[in-house]
Amino acid sequence: MKITEKLALDAFKNDKETHIILDQKICHTCKERFCIYACPANLYALTEKEEMTVEFAGCLECGTCMTACVYGSVKWKYPKSGFGVQYRFG
Amino acid sequence: MDKVDVIIAGGGLAGLSCAYELADSGMTVIVLERGDFSGSKNVTGGRIYVGPIRNYLPDLWKEAPLERHVTKEFITLLGEMNSTTLELYSDRFNRQPYPSYTILRAKFDRWLADLVSEKGVFVIPQKNVNDLIKDGEKIIGVKTEDEEIGSNCVVASDGILSFLAEKAGLRKPFQPQHFALGFKEVIALDSKAIEDRFRLGENEGAAQLFVGSLTRGVMGGGFLYTNQDSLSLGIVVGIESLNQREPREEVYKFLDEFKERPEIKNLIRGGEVVEYSAHLISEGGLHIKPKIYGDGILVTGDAAGLGLNMLVTVRGMEYAMVSGVLAGRAIKRAKEKNDFSASSLAYYEKLLNESFIIKEMNHFKNTLSILKNKRLFSKYPQAISNLFEKVMRVEENPKESLYKAISQGLRKEFFNLETFKDWLQFRKI
Repeated sequence: MKITEKLALDAFKNDKETHIILDQKICHTCKERFCIYACPANLYALTEKEEMTVEFAGCLECGTCMTACVYGSVKWKYPKSGFGVQYRFG
Repeated sequence: MDKVDVIIAGGGLAGLSCAYELADSGMTVIVLERGDFSGSKNVTGGRIYVGPIRNYLPDLWKEAPLERHVTKEFITLLGEMNSTTLELYSDRFNRQPYPSYTILRAKFDRWLADLVSEKGVFVIPQKNVNDLIKDGEKIIGVKTEDEEIGSNCVVASDGILSFLAEKAGLRKPFQPQHFALGFKEVIALDSKAIEDRFRLGENEGAAQLFVGSLTRGVMGGGFLYTNQDSLSLGIVVGIESLNQREPREEVYKFLDEFKERPEIKNLIRGGEVVEYSAHLISEGGLHIKPKIYGDGILVTGDAAGLGLNMLVTVRGMEYAMVSGVLAGRAIKRAKEKNDFSASSLAYYEKLLNESFIIKEMNHFKNTLSILKNKRLFSKYPQAISNLFEKVMRVEENPKESLYKAISQGLRKEFFNLETFKDWLQFRKI
């Protein structure tokens, strides 16, 4: 089962605005890319231009990325009231 | 600005338990929950140990929507191609009052929120608390997206990421070594199939922990809990340990690989994945416990860093509930004295220190350093399974004597300085 298929099982109510902001200046200097390996939803990826991107719409709201990124690039806050993942089992 | 006695930020186990304690006190209490309903943002492995909570919340458990009472404990040591499982059944686990249950939080928290609402507390969903309102050092209310609400006391029950404790200046920024990531699938499976596969009676449950090759040398392990008609199957990994792992591999793949293991494949056969979730777990213990009270504010549950990894038992939910109750008691006392200053609310810390929570966390404060030992997650599970396999294997060549096989195996893997040191360390737990 692909990770995108797993995420499709969850109930999401997505905002237009992202709740995760990356500091590209910091990301450019990062070699380890902790976020890519640590995100359990596999939402982080590098573009062809070596820019770090995050697909906030599938966020499970665990906060692992901001904890794993020791360089402090990930500015993470909760999605606005009523948005984001809504677990039915938990 | 409207004003209430108590604003509880976060309608999870800690916040709702605090609300429950305060419900009949005559104070105006509101719970602000950011999800669509209580539990909709919450995740556990999971299993709740009800034993230690009963004294604090005696009336909850008859009606509570818990899954199965756990009668069987399995610990599985996974090698690359083999595994050894230890199984414990006890009549004592199968006798009322049951010591622990499997649990799904979206169900349980929602039920508890309804119960608290019936008792007169306002539980308001879809309400993020974005900031605290301060008057000097004193917390005098909260800001949501659309309003400001004043209070005598704010209870920060906003979970492991607690932005409020940070905003109140009570908590230090995050460090990877103090947190683990837990992620899991809920797999729907017929209750009869669950009972057959785990050899359980009706409503009886199993809890299985896995350590070894599934985390690829990273500190952590796997878990499997039987719910009424689903399984919770997941993995926990230390974030610092994951950061340091070479070669790099995306962590979400660990669970897919784990599910391919025959030990798991046959248990989940025919099941349908219905949800995928993730959550952080505190691994820092008392070393990272924030200051849990200030002028006009208390911090409870995960937000207060109240969690404990004791290797074979992982604790958090009962700490959340009991800390919520104790915060409620401290608030009632503060109301009587009409004094919500830090020195008055410090009574909460006194209550917490006297409770089983801090006593346990103190007792097990060295576990974290032991968990850093990589051999625990790779070498030992493999070595034990290999030795067991050697004893059990029959080949054309004459079999060595049992004694010889075991003693040689033990000498090779365990009679060395490294293992002796690990053993000395291990005794600290």
